[in-house]
Amino acid sequence: MLKFLLEKEFKQLFRNTFIPKLIIAMPIMVMLVFPWVTNQSIKNIQLSIVDYDHSSFSARLTNKLTASGFFKLANYPASSNEAMQSVEVGNSDVIFEIPLGFEKDLHQSGAAQVMISPNAVNGVKGGLGSAYLASIVNDFAVELSAEQGNQMQLSLVHPQFKFNPTLDYKAFMIPALFVMLLTLLTGFLPALNIVGEKELGTTEQLNVTPMNKAVFILAKLIPYWIVGILILTITMGLASLIYGLNPASYFTIYLYTIVYTLAVSGLGIIISNYSDTMQQAMFVMFFFVLIIILISGLYTPVSSMPKWAQYITAFNPLKYFMEVMRAVYLKGSGMRELLPQFFALCGFAVFFNVWAVLSYKKSQ
Amino acid sequence: MMAKNNSQFSSARGGLNSQFFAFVKKEFHHILRDRRTILILLVMPIVQIILFGFAISNEVKDTPMAILDTSKDEATRQITEQLAASKFFTLVSELHSTEEIEKAFQKGNVKLVVVFSDSFQHNQFHTGDAAVQIIADASDPNQASTFTNYASNIINTAYLDLASKAQNSSGNIRPLRIIPEIKMLYNPQMKGAYSFVPGVMGLVLVLITAMMTSISIVREKEMGTMEVLLVSPMKPIHIILAKITPYFALSIINLITILLLSVFVLGVPIKGSLTLLILLSLLFIFVGLSLGIMVSNIVKTQVAAMLISGVVLIMPAMMLSGMMFPIESMPKILQWLSVIPPNRWYVDGVIKLMIQGVGFQFVIKEFVILSFMAVLLMFVSLKRFSIRMN
Repeated sequence: MLKFLLEKEFKQLFRNTFIPKLIIAMPIMVMLVFPWVTNQSIKNIQLSIVDYDHSSFSARLTNKLTASGFFKLANYPASSNEAMQSVEVGNSDVIFEIPLGFEKDLHQSGAAQVMISPNAVNGVKGGLGSAYLASIVNDFAVELSAEQGNQMQLSLVHPQFKFNPTLDYKAFMIPALFVMLLTLLTGFLPALNIVGEKELGTTEQLNVTPMNKAVFILAKLIPYWIVGILILTITMGLASLIYGLNPASYFTIYLYTIVYTLAVSGLGIIISNYSDTMQQAMFVMFFFVLIIILISGLYTPVSSMPKWAQYITAFNPLKYFMEVMRAVYLKGSGMRELLPQFFALCGFAVFFNVWAVLSYKKSQ
Repeated sequence: MMAKNNSQFSSARGGLNSQFFAFVKKEFHHILRDRRTILILLVMPIVQIILFGFAISNEVKDTPMAILDTSKDEATRQITEQLAASKFFTLVSELHSTEEIEKAFQKGNVKLVVVFSDSFQHNQFHTGDAAVQIIADASDPNQASTFTNYASNIINTAYLDLASKAQNSSGNIRPLRIIPEIKMLYNPQMKGAYSFVPGVMGLVLVLITAMMTSISIVREKEMGTMEVLLVSPMKPIHIILAKITPYFALSIINLITILLLSVFVLGVPIKGSLTLLILLSLLFIFVGLSLGIMVSNIVKTQVAAMLISGVVLIMPAMMLSGMMFPIESMPKILQWLSVIPPNRWYVDGVIKLMIQGVGFQFVIKEFVILSFMAVLLMFVSLKRFSIRMN
């Protein structure tokens, strides 16, 4: 029984002029373009320095800021109003203001203030920019103190970046893009499948056959399983060829992918079962996929979310798969460290597919 | 039904208006009949705004941290206390050997390990080779550099405190302090919503105006009912206008919902002129509708309309509008391409008007570009439409 149903599914899949092309072309396009688009690496922060003090200290501090290589000097506005205007038109991202009496205060009371005002509409840029500026200022204070004859240790803190030492944003995003692609293709295609048959009227013919519901759903799932593995192989190959990224263990990646595609295709089939038209299935799927992608940690870290949102993410299969992909690619983790994710994904796969079988109605 | 139609047509000869409204009514019926789709279209922006307004944030807080402290003296104790007391870090474990560092990272429950060198306090004032090593899980580069900088600032400040105390008692000169006062402009609480609300507005509007409109026009073609409409005494342009009117109404409803939610639920203010914001949105809706008509001219089936609008309109609206990913970090070629999606200009304009609250002179560019796009697209799509009629 299963054999004939599978034959039918594969014939339908390959007879379609569009879908086989989509399965090949989309991963290639995504792997070529998206790593560059999703690059959130912060560079070229435009800095405006307002120096009211015009002293030798303020000049040295200005030099230190511009020499850090992290900022691009936008301009030296004469006043903070002028600097604000520069932020408003978008010419600068951060204002660094040295107040009048900066050097005098340091000499007399041993302490002085500076003002850092980042444009925080883009939170990452604002946070990172101001943190970086503050640490340069701190270094400068230690440097000055040492010159004054204090026994100070100049470079006390030594940061070390593990797992991604060059801070390459692409290395972080590419494993996540695999997850996104697999979700889109092995989620949307099954979602459009059963409802497509409903619209064509061919489900009627299948429903009058003695086939078992579970076998029917299984026959629908297996092609997308194979499609998922094909997509993964293409994307991993491209990631290795173009970006030089290789996973620590191919076995782990494939194993988790097999379980994950099963879960997502199951979700697609559930939506397909409940929909009357392809347009409807499409919009419902779009609604869910957008949410599960955006709260998966692909785009912003789960740890930055409020507690209640973190509880919601526990029910998001994408989150677990994302963690696995990033851990295997970046940290070189193996099955042993990733067992909780394995059980979670198995749970989702079983739950969605049992639901898919139960929600398929042979009679109207 | 026939009688009703007849009366409508006869009265239509008397006035164009009633004929037009009969068509608009038909379109509303089409949309309202599919309850599930309409529900999603109305609920989607609400869920998105609420979920992302509250959940999406890049703020660094409660980063799980471990300490490896072999000195265990006054200085390391104070520095550790300062780190653990800040809102950026939570101390989750104390390690005892360097071998444990790797294990802590692998299990994934630690993002940062702070390692103090041996006999820290003694060395820092005498030999000068005390050191604090901050080992960060840099899988996410932005998070890692941000919290590394935070940690380094806290450690340096604590260190200067310690040095002050030590040298006060020994009668030396005090170390100098420069206190950076940080003021986050426009978004003092660093809410993710500030950058997300304008993006969601653009996304939802393009989804309704371009995608839904094109699908609905193509559906008439696919079902063959377009032919029927075209032989009616209505001009093609009026048929199209009647088609887009309900989607125009739907966009306005969504726009109002999003604005109300963001002001009253998310607390994102409308700092600039509300009139300008609405004008800009109307202009953008107009661009979206023109795009929808254009897509419907090109394709023949609903699925194709969905895929074309998905890949050519929705995808760039998310990826290239600056809504999720900063445009200035992209390679030059993508930066040039990013001027094409109208969303880019709409999102820029909304950020300026809503969040920064700048005056009209700062958004002239966005208005001019969107007007140009609107005129061009409307001209091209209507031209193509009337050619097809003949």
